[in-house]
Order: sequence, then structure tokens, then C-alpha cells
Amino acid sequence: MPWMRKHLITLEEFSLSEIEQIHQTAAAFKKILGRSVKKVPALRGKTIVNLFLEPSTRTRMAFDMAAKRLSADVISFDAASSSTTKGETLRDTAQNIEALNADMIVIRHAASGSPLYLSKILDIPVINAGDGAHEHPTQGLLDTFTMKEHLGSLKGRKVVILGDVLFSRVARSNIHALTKMGADVTLVGPATLVPHWFTDMGVKVSHDLRSALADAEVVMLLRIQHERQASSHFPSLGEYTSMFGLNKTRASWLNPKAIIMHPGPINRGVEIDSELADGQRSVILEQVTNGIAVRMAALYLCAGGQPEHVVPGETDE
Amino acid sequence: MSSLWISNVRVIDPACGRDAAGDLFAVDGKIVPDLSSEQRQKAQKIDGSGLVACPGLVDIHVHLREPGQTHKETILTGSQAAAAGGFTSVVCMPNTSPVADTAGTIQFIKDIVQRDAVVKVYPTGCITVGQKGQALAPIGSLKRAGVVAITDDGDCVQNNELMRRAVEYAKMFDLPVMDHCQDTALTHGAVMNEGVMSTRLGLRGWPNCAEDVIVSRNVILSTYTGAHIHLQHISSRNAVEIIRRAKNRGVKITAEATPHHIALTDAALATYDTNFKMNPPLRTEADREEIIAGLRDGTLDCIATDHAPHTDYEKDKEFDFAPNGILGSETALAISLETLVRHHGFKLSHVIDLMTRRPANILHLPAGTLAPGTAADICLFDPEESWTYDAKAGFSKSSNSPWHGRQLKGRVKMTLVDGNVVYDRGAIRAAKP
Repeated sequence: MPWMRKHLITLEEFSLSEIEQIHQTAAAFKKILGRSVKKVPALRGKTIVNLFLEPSTRTRMAFDMAAKRLSADVISFDAASSSTTKGETLRDTAQNIEALNADMIVIRHAASGSPLYLSKILDIPVINAGDGAHEHPTQGLLDTFTMKEHLGSLKGRKVVILGDVLFSRVARSNIHALTKMGADVTLVGPATLVPHWFTDMGVKVSHDLRSALADAEVVMLLRIQHERQASSHFPSLGEYTSMFGLNKTRASWLNPKAIIMHPGPINRGVEIDSELADGQRSVILEQVTNGIAVRMAALYLCAGGQPEHVVPGETDE
Repeated sequence: MSSLWISNVRVIDPACGRDAAGDLFAVDGKIVPDLSSEQRQKAQKIDGSGLVACPGLVDIHVHLREPGQTHKETILTGSQAAAAGGFTSVVCMPNTSPVADTAGTIQFIKDIVQRDAVVKVYPTGCITVGQKGQALAPIGSLKRAGVVAITDDGDCVQNNELMRRAVEYAKMFDLPVMDHCQDTALTHGAVMNEGVMSTRLGLRGWPNCAEDVIVSRNVILSTYTGAHIHLQHISSRNAVEIIRRAKNRGVKITAEATPHHIALTDAALATYDTNFKMNPPLRTEADREEIIAGLRDGTLDCIATDHAPHTDYEKDKEFDFAPNGILGSETALAISLETLVRHHGFKLSHVIDLMTRRPANILHLPAGTLAPGTAADICLFDPEESWTYDAKAGFSKSSNSPWHGRQLKGRVKMTLVDGNVVYDRGAIRAAKP
């Protein structure tokens, strides 16, 4: 099936086959990343603008790296240097970027819905690199890609997402991808951060860590986002850790082959014991590496590339 | 002497229990039971065939934005939009710039109304100085300057002691206190209803309990002081039940519902369209149905639009950053007819009652009836005409309507104020009533 999608805004609107196409394309790009020459000419002559209106390290570096591996020219804007701080509207900023002949825009924004808004204004592809508490589709794609590498098919596999789900765009994108892939998803955390509304999205909600972790094959931890929470969501970081932090004892409740994931940045000793973060079951750094391949796939496909044309070994400079 | 004769029209005047085909007459701006043969010969004749004539509609909740925000709306354009919507009396909120918290500002508004308005415009004043919720505004002076109610509009007074004193003080002047019911501690950063949709969209939720808490507070304060508190734009199903129980006990509260809360739900927000963003927000189907039940059984007293103009460029933003509010004046009748009459089986006269006599009574306005001797404020509409609403072609200075481009049924044809035609099939006819 040819790739038809121009923008990458949400995984909610993705079909299963689109998720699989991204994964297949990412797998092909991942092979290239293992070679001595890690670059393909797929987007040579194209300009990609990273418009990061909210701070980011990992995602921005991964998009930067992905664009460069595809031979695109990359320009990065951030909130501090852009004219949005001078009161320019997002529409005007985006139209200026388009007028500069950019071919694609990657946006990170604190306001949910802003990538969709941009995609309606601009003719060029818009890639969502995280919008508020809404979605972070490339993260959902790289997380499920990583899970598949370890578990194979995710159908019927028990996945636990633990932590601050309410404010998490990572959780939402993973929920959409995982439910489409047939996984059995349980969200766990304090009731104030994991409201029952989520059950409408086809997942279970639990506040009992022990039963939720029992025999789970994946546990995905979410960062406790101090900067987003009003003070009233839980008593203290200490209490959070004592009630919901992942430690050795709790990790022993998992399936023996379970993997531990985290989108980063991690708060060592808060949502996860430092030892577990670095342990054998942790795939946290694999997620980062896979993030480059998945973002290469996203940029490549949305720029008009087709999955079957990625043939590692034939592409070089 | 000028006389008016509207013939062959279906006259619906709930205040007089009238719903019958016939003629409607006025002399020198007042309704009369009949005309003499001499008056008939000289009368301005309007053929009302196929139309309904009802009292000019009354909207007790509009934002005319003047003074200070005249890029959004003015008393001229807002009153023209009202006329185009069949309204002949509107009550404007005090959240202008400056806010209407002094007699001088009220006088200024009245002067502009006198000069520009094509319908009757009644101002409200603030409850507190600067609408800041800290110290009482000069409520007595505001009353003397001509306000018909006091309200802090969107800045609901959070301090219960201050609110208690405000309603107690205003009661002395028989001045209703209108309240936008929102416990702001519960709605920090909120931009839409809290629930399944806000969870999906990743937007901060405004839980309906934040309305329920203040509605309950107001019921308690009204019970305690005997003061009349009017609850604005009720949106929560639980609030409807709280009001119902209070009214059964005889508590002196009244409440309004907007056309958008009876016609739309938060499902409309799926595309983050800021023309569906307002405060209180669109809620769920269960809330919507209970608001309609509240209008049906009288728990909610009237329909009011909360007409809130904002320019295109102000609304054209990320959802979080766009201002709250939508237009209402020019679509209120059609939306109410569609929702209440066609979808929920209300009688036409019931809906007209909710938009005429009942809102007028809440604020003691001289409006809302076609009884002989009263002002000939008349709305003539065709309940069957289908039309496409173009918000950009409307009379409001702004076009932020969720119904832009929608096919509507039921269209205002003429609006008369004191017997003068001010709106006639798409055109404003008079600069002044």
C-alpha cells in the first residue's frame, strides 16, 4: 500500500498498516545507521525546520540527527530565539518559515492542537514533535518499534504505563498505537494523575501497582512532570516514590522477560530506581537510538518517499 | 400621530396567553387593541402572511465591547446584530475597558446608547471595584446611574463574605445580582470541559463541579439574605438539579441557558476549533439534555446568548491562547427553534416565552409583551424559512460563530422598536429607534 499521509499529527488517526509501514521503513533505516557511512541522499536539497517552542533535548537532537542522516538541510528555532517572544503569532511565524522555502516543519509546542492548526495553514508537511498533553506520535512509534524488537507481535501482550498519564502526550500516543496493535494496556498511577476518563480510549485504569505489574511484559515509566502540575496532584515526590516508584521488589512482580522503558528525561530515584534504569531489563537507551530511525522514516515518508524504496546497501553517496 | 398595522400574522404573546392568527396594531409606538378606520387608512401596513409576530426578543446577556474594545464590537454594531436577531432589548455586561464600575462609565455607555443604538440597551455595573473581587463597587451610585443589575461577569466573586455583602447591599435597591458561576481554584488553566474529550485532546479540563460549587454557594447566600441572585449561562447538569431543588423550596434565584449549551457538546472540539471555545465550556450530551429539561420544567428561566465578539485574528490562535466567547445575537432564535421546538418538542410559544417575557421579568425590564399600552417592540419571523448563516456578512463587527456556514431554519424578517422598523429583511433601516 503506498504511503498517502503528508502530515504526522496524531497516532489516533493512524491505521494499523500505517504504523507498520513506519516500523518497516524505520527497520530499513536502522540498518543504515549501523554502517560506517550513516547517511542516505533521500532528502538531499530539502530544508527541514525544527520549530521548538517548548524546551526539548532528546527529541530535538533525534529529529536533527534524522534529518541530517537523510541529507536534508536543517534549521532549528527555539522559543527563546524566535519572534514568538515578541508577540508574533504562530500563524505568522509559520508563514514566514514557509516563505523562506522550507520543505517541512517539525513542531514542538506547549499548546495541544497546534500542529493540527499549522497543518491547516501550511502547504508543507507538518510533523508533530509533541503538543502539550495531547500527542507525541514519533515517540509512540519508536516505543512500539522497540517493544516489537523485543517481544515480536504485541497482540495480547500486557503493557503497563506507569506515572503521570494525565499530562503525558507520550502516554496518549502509546495508547493509540498499542490499542491498534492489539496490546493489553493498563495505566497505573495515583487517581489524580490517571483519571478514569482514559478507559474510554480502550485501556484499563488501575491504582494498584501490584496487580497491574503482575506478569506484565512491558512497563513504561513516565516522568513526573513538576513543571506541568499544579501543586495539588500528589503530596510529594517522596510519597510518589513510596507509592508508585519502580524499585527492585516491584520489578520482581513483572514477567521475568519484561522490559523497562522510559521516554526520558528520567528522574533517578523518583519514578525509577537508578539501578533499574541502568539494569539489564532497561531499554531506555535503545529507545533513544530507535528514535533516530523512526524519525528518519517519518520524515522520509511524509516528504513523499515510499517504504519499498528504502533499500539499505544501495544507497550511498 | 403614526399608526402601524401588521396584518394576517400569527401573533404569539405568551405574557397575554395569546397565540392566534390576526392583526397587530400600534399607535405612536405603543401597542393598541385596534385602529380606528381613519388610523387604518393612514397606517403603515406590513403584510405578516406566513410570519409570526412576537414581542421583541430580550437578551439579558450580551457583550457590546464599548468602551475600550471597539475593534471587536461597538454599541452600534452590537445593537444592529441584536436587531437582526429579533432582539429589541439587550443587557450589556460591564467587562469593558475600563470596566463599568463607576456612575461615570455607566453615563458614558448610556450616552453612546442614546447616540448609536438601534435597540434598547440596558447596562449592568460591576459588583466589585475593577471587577477584581476585592472591594464593593459603588453599587448605589451605579443603580442611580441606571444599571439594571450588577455582575462581575466572567470574574466570578470568589470571596463568599464579599458576595454575601454584595447581595445584601444590592437587595436594598431591588437590584438583581448576576453571577457567572465558576470556582476558579478548580479551573486553573482550563480551556474546555473536563472529561473524555479533554483527556483525548490533552487540554486542561474545567470540571462541571466548579460551577456546581458556586451555584450552591449562591443558593445558600440567597436563602440566607433573601436577595435575588441570577445564575448566568448554566452548563452543568448537576447545577440544574441544585437549582431545581432550591426553587422548590422557594429560594429567590433565577437562571439562564445559552443557545450553544443546548445545541452543542464538547464533541465539537475534536478539531480544536476556537469558535467553539467559550466559558463556561461546551459540556457533554448528558449536561446538554439536562439543561433542556431545566428549560422545559422552568428550573431555568430563560435563554440568553452571552454574545461575545472577538476578532478573527484574536480567535485565530492555538486553542489554549484564544479568548473565550462566541457570537449569539443573530443565530439565537433559529438555534433555539431547531433545538427546542424541532428536536425536543417544545411549543413555539414556550420558546418565545423563554426569550421574551421571562428574561424581561428577571431584570424588571419594560419589555417582553404585546399587551396594549406597552412599547411596540416587535419581532417578525418566518419559522419555516431555511437560510445559510454567513457570520462574515452579519451585523456584528466580529464573526466568531460556531454556526458560520450552517443551514438554519427560522429567520427573523423584521424588528420594530417603539413601532419603528429598525431591521427589515437583511437591512438596518434606522440609525435610531
